[in-house]
Amino acid sequence: MSTSTAPSPADTEQQTVRPDRKRTRWHYDVIGLVTAVVMAFPVYWLIISSLRPNHEIRSYDQTLWPSSLTFDNFARAVKQENFATAVQSSLIVSVTAVLGGMVIATLAALAIGRFRFFGRKALLMILILVQMLPPTAMLIPIYAQLNAMGGLDEYWGLIVVYLVSTLPFAVVMIRGFVVNIPVELEESAMVDGCTRMGAFRRVIFPLLAPGLAAASIFALVNAWNEYLFAYILINDNSKYTLNVWLMTFTTERGTDYGALMAASTLIALPVVVFFMIIQKKMATGLTSGAVKG
Amino acid sequence: MTAADTKAAGPPVPVPRAPEPDRVRKGPGRGSPGSGPRQRKKGALLPYLLILPAIVAIAAVYAFPLSKTVIMSFQDMGRKELWTGDAPPWVGLDQFTNILGDSEFWSVTGRTVVFMAVCVTVTMAAGLLIAMLMMRLTTWVRLVLTACLVAAWSMPLMVAASIFRWLSDSDYGLINTLIAKVVGEDFLGHNWFLDPKQGFAIISLLVIWGAIPFVVITLYAALTQVPKELEEAAALDGANVLKVFTFVTWPVIRPVFTMVTTLSVIWDFNVFGQIWLLRGNKPEPEYETLGLYSFSKAFESTSFSQGTAIALITVVLLSGVAVYYLRQLMKTGEVE
Repeated sequence: MSTSTAPSPADTEQQTVRPDRKRTRWHYDVIGLVTAVVMAFPVYWLIISSLRPNHEIRSYDQTLWPSSLTFDNFARAVKQENFATAVQSSLIVSVTAVLGGMVIATLAALAIGRFRFFGRKALLMILILVQMLPPTAMLIPIYAQLNAMGGLDEYWGLIVVYLVSTLPFAVVMIRGFVVNIPVELEESAMVDGCTRMGAFRRVIFPLLAPGLAAASIFALVNAWNEYLFAYILINDNSKYTLNVWLMTFTTERGTDYGALMAASTLIALPVVVFFMIIQKKMATGLTSGAVKG
Repeated sequence: MTAADTKAAGPPVPVPRAPEPDRVRKGPGRGSPGSGPRQRKKGALLPYLLILPAIVAIAAVYAFPLSKTVIMSFQDMGRKELWTGDAPPWVGLDQFTNILGDSEFWSVTGRTVVFMAVCVTVTMAAGLLIAMLMMRLTTWVRLVLTACLVAAWSMPLMVAASIFRWLSDSDYGLINTLIAKVVGEDFLGHNWFLDPKQGFAIISLLVIWGAIPFVVITLYAALTQVPKELEEAAALDGANVLKVFTFVTWPVIRPVFTMVTTLSVIWDFNVFGQIWLLRGNKPEPEYETLGLYSFSKAFESTSFSQGTAIALITVVLLSGVAVYYLRQLMKTGEVE
């Protein structure tokens, strides 16, 4: 959809090399704004539909602007069965997975960033490969294994899966920050009488904190958004995570779109806020973090 | 974890830049840990202790189940074996010969490849164009566009799928209303999913929309690394726009471009949630891609072994792409 709105490479390229590009720039700005509208439209539709009165939602003639705004959809969404338990499940699973993942990832990142050891390269490769395995390929054996271990319908099964799935990214990102902390800092702290742990706690950890924050928010968003494993590994209605709970708005008789959009807004809101917060850090993490070393 | 989740996180993509001084102290012998002057005796074991938890976790969730996948695909595991814990009978290559001899498997594979190819091509083309456009925008327009991209990027997969389901709803969907206004009333009540071609058009729209932000932001980062002076010098020397792009811009962004393309191939090959939710949790056979096919064989026909065998074939099909991705990473120095 954006293809038609964007200029061809040839068109755009010309402008960089021309000294008079200030004068012709507004064309691009218009195209840029159109692209922005196209990309943001589904998000707009989500928000506007969640605030629309129900008679407009169930209308055969949809309008781009709502005639009035209401919080009825939100009220219906929140009153839907298992809302509170779904919030609880999502929080328990995501937060535990993130905390566990960060501890393990930091240890591994320190090892990879600070030491040259046999198998270091292999470990990095494994981490990258793990990210590429199709989730459906892992789903069935993990399901069978958790079934054998009594981990179906239990939070811990899901927690372990999420923890590991965010591990590769977290390790690589934190490693980028580790590598940028001069070894000398740590050494001088140890010369001044710190133990290795003390040096880590007082010197390295504070410097790692931004990296940890960025990686953990990423991991949190990942776990918060995951759907497939949550759907398969948890069958107990009262343990559904929010994404699986979303399906309860669709019944045999149809879909309550107003409430579905309101519920979706509630689920997306924390993610959007987090994303806005980490935007800058993410850019740093992606470029400096991942590349240096 | 799922395609779109990975998308949200976005794996680190190297951006070309000047080589950094290597801060890791290299020991004289790389194969002999602890022989470096700075690492004392206990340093030899320390790195292994540090990576141990990660290794254990990955082994538990990936290595062990993956080996189990291989084993299961040579057995015949059904619901009975799953619940009783009885050892499933060995059937050798039967699962594979059954699957490969099934014409449905081939039509599913063909559909998956075509769907992936369309999504990746459109995503990369649109992504590159938007990234190049971003280089030429006034600052405030660029900020607005970035904000919109980030907003789209941060939509959870299930939320995005709900939105698109609503937009394409046959009775109350905006798409039908808008088309009806232009084309005529006939479009009201049009069901996009009766014809899989149209259905997949909507699904592709969702997949492409969800993937573009990551592609644009990564390619934009790469484009900012292209030296302006080089482009200008080339233009002064008489190179036309196409030539400047081919000989100056493209070589710089190519590593990142191929990397993102490779990742898109892997992600779009494994699309699951988008189809799943747009088809109301019960995708018809004509909407099955390899991931859904494996899933339905395993959980609906409760032939877990058939499901794992299909998953395994998918892994093999993708492994070529994965190896290529790794080689690219090594070239750009990501894995050193």
